[in-house]
Amino acid sequence: MREAAVVSQPNPLQRIPGVAIVLVLLIALFGAIAPGFLSVANLSNVLVQSTILTMLALPMTLIIMTEGLDLSMGAVLTLTSLCVAIVSLATQSMLLGLGAGLLVGAAFGTVNGWLVAILGIPPFVATLGTLGMAQGLSLIVSDGQSVVGIPHSVRDIYSATLLGVPVPIVMALVTYAGFHTLLYHTRFGTYIFALGGNREALRYAGLSPNRLLIAVYAIGGAMAGIAGLLMTARMNSGHPTAGLGLEFDAIAAVAVGGTSFERGNGWLLGTLLGVISVGVLRNGLNLISLPSSVQVASVGVLVIIALFLDGLRSRA
Amino acid sequence: MTDITKDAIAPPRSFLSQDAIQVFYRLLAALLICAVLAVLSDSFLSLGNILNVLRQASLTFFIASGLTLVVLTAGLDLSVGANVALSACIAGTVIHKTGSPALGILTGLACGGIVGLLNGVMVTALRIPSFIATYGMLWVLNGLTYWYMAGETLHGFPAGFRQIGSGYLFGLPIPVYLLLVFLGIGTLFAQRTIWGQEIYAIGANPVAARLSGIPVARRLLLVYAVSGTMAGLASIIFLSRLNSAEADIGESLTLPAIAAVLIGGTSLFGGVGTVFGTFIGALILTLVLNGMNLLAVSANWQPLVTGIIVILAVWLDMKTRRRAQ
Repeated sequence: MREAAVVSQPNPLQRIPGVAIVLVLLIALFGAIAPGFLSVANLSNVLVQSTILTMLALPMTLIIMTEGLDLSMGAVLTLTSLCVAIVSLATQSMLLGLGAGLLVGAAFGTVNGWLVAILGIPPFVATLGTLGMAQGLSLIVSDGQSVVGIPHSVRDIYSATLLGVPVPIVMALVTYAGFHTLLYHTRFGTYIFALGGNREALRYAGLSPNRLLIAVYAIGGAMAGIAGLLMTARMNSGHPTAGLGLEFDAIAAVAVGGTSFERGNGWLLGTLLGVISVGVLRNGLNLISLPSSVQVASVGVLVIIALFLDGLRSRA
Repeated sequence: MTDITKDAIAPPRSFLSQDAIQVFYRLLAALLICAVLAVLSDSFLSLGNILNVLRQASLTFFIASGLTLVVLTAGLDLSVGANVALSACIAGTVIHKTGSPALGILTGLACGGIVGLLNGVMVTALRIPSFIATYGMLWVLNGLTYWYMAGETLHGFPAGFRQIGSGYLFGLPIPVYLLLVFLGIGTLFAQRTIWGQEIYAIGANPVAARLSGIPVARRLLLVYAVSGTMAGLASIIFLSRLNSAEADIGESLTLPAIAAVLIGGTSLFGGVGTVFGTFIGALILTLVLNGMNLLAVSANWQPLVTGIIVILAVWLDMKTRRRAQ
């Protein structure tokens, strides 16, 4: 009993080394071999490019803490990015575009949560199914073509600055603060820990685990909606394959960040460092002129190593 | 204790009648879809279209049959589509370089098998959950394939080699004969060999399987290697039928293969299902997609429909099993 209590406590001290060492090693490696990697312009570029991933990886952390998974996030991001593009093009309003993206994203997240919580379908298959659905809808609404000519108000979001800080970074920081407060300082956050650790306890406490689970997936979908706005702004268009596979980078960031896939304890700061690690890895490989295909493969290897180490630690 | 052991070893036999009923329902569903399509479309019952459906279904079946064994052990292999792409590109290169189709076929099968074996090592030795391990493998393979091909397309293969995918024998496409052969081998292996029975036992209850002396890790390695090798086989058929290889050919293959397995009644929770069911599943899925095609529905709708079918199939499966218990 006592042992169980100790295990379920998040233990940052044990984790900080893991992801921090990865990040320091990557920075040292690319600082040595990639020309221009350590310049201020490049490093701030890494951070700005990591903002979209941050918005997916933070909710992904919550979902994985419930012993779940959301494989549909990249496809849903693609769809919401298209919705932002189409609606803002039609109405010339950035806010209406964002609203459409949020709505579609939250709807997909709710469906994911409903399939997992109410129908009891294993998360990886349920979200694989909705991945197909979101991908199909992206092709259908765009007819397989890029959506171009979106208004300035959308484009400017990615390039504007607030007190000298790029707006995407401000958005990512606000998101991080929001998730940190939600997970560590609200009752809802405590329930999320319980969803992965001890679902029965929630039931005995008179709470509905199903409704909480749906809420967690819905948050993931809604965040994909906000990330969709950034994606459209960054590409200055909507594209039917823009975000495919991004869920894998998000899962990689969570895994590298030390959140466990089997024990229901997560660490948001670890995920943030994981996001930056993935960003540094991709940027560094890019600077030494390795194609994006090699970047994808190396992120895959990074995940497998992180999961292997996680498995070792859980058995130790 | 005796009961546990019995449950673990015996399920396929004692469920056989239940399996037969499940397969019967699915055959009825396939016939119903055929009837509807025959009414809605004049060209559905043409010989050319029926042969086309069978050929298409056989491609899905090759990938899905190996996957069935993985799902029987309560695992999943999300890397099959990416594996097909890499194997096809490597086999294509070998044929171009050496001019020998036989060598190319062997390389394709070996490439698929090695990838499958690596999946098995991640699941057994590194103890990574199978869906995450094979999902990581998917992206590793994708990256490797795109890097290797560097945007190039391989095309133009020897006429003899092209017969495998596009040739006919006594009026039937050659892939259909291969389908019958592998349907037979797969069914015999799963239902009539000790290894096959052990695979069912591992899926039904891994702890009981281990306690009753089944070498669980070795059987799992075998299952993932078979799944990879069948992806290798599918890559050869693809290569020979398309007469070309590109890095992106595998992207739309994984979801249909998983759909075929699940429609065919194999349970995601392991221990229940048949290779024959997967064949019917591949047939049903192909009929639906073929029907959409005949009714002039844009191909853009296919992922949406396949996704809905995957979820419906799992849900129906869970519902019928809950009622049976």
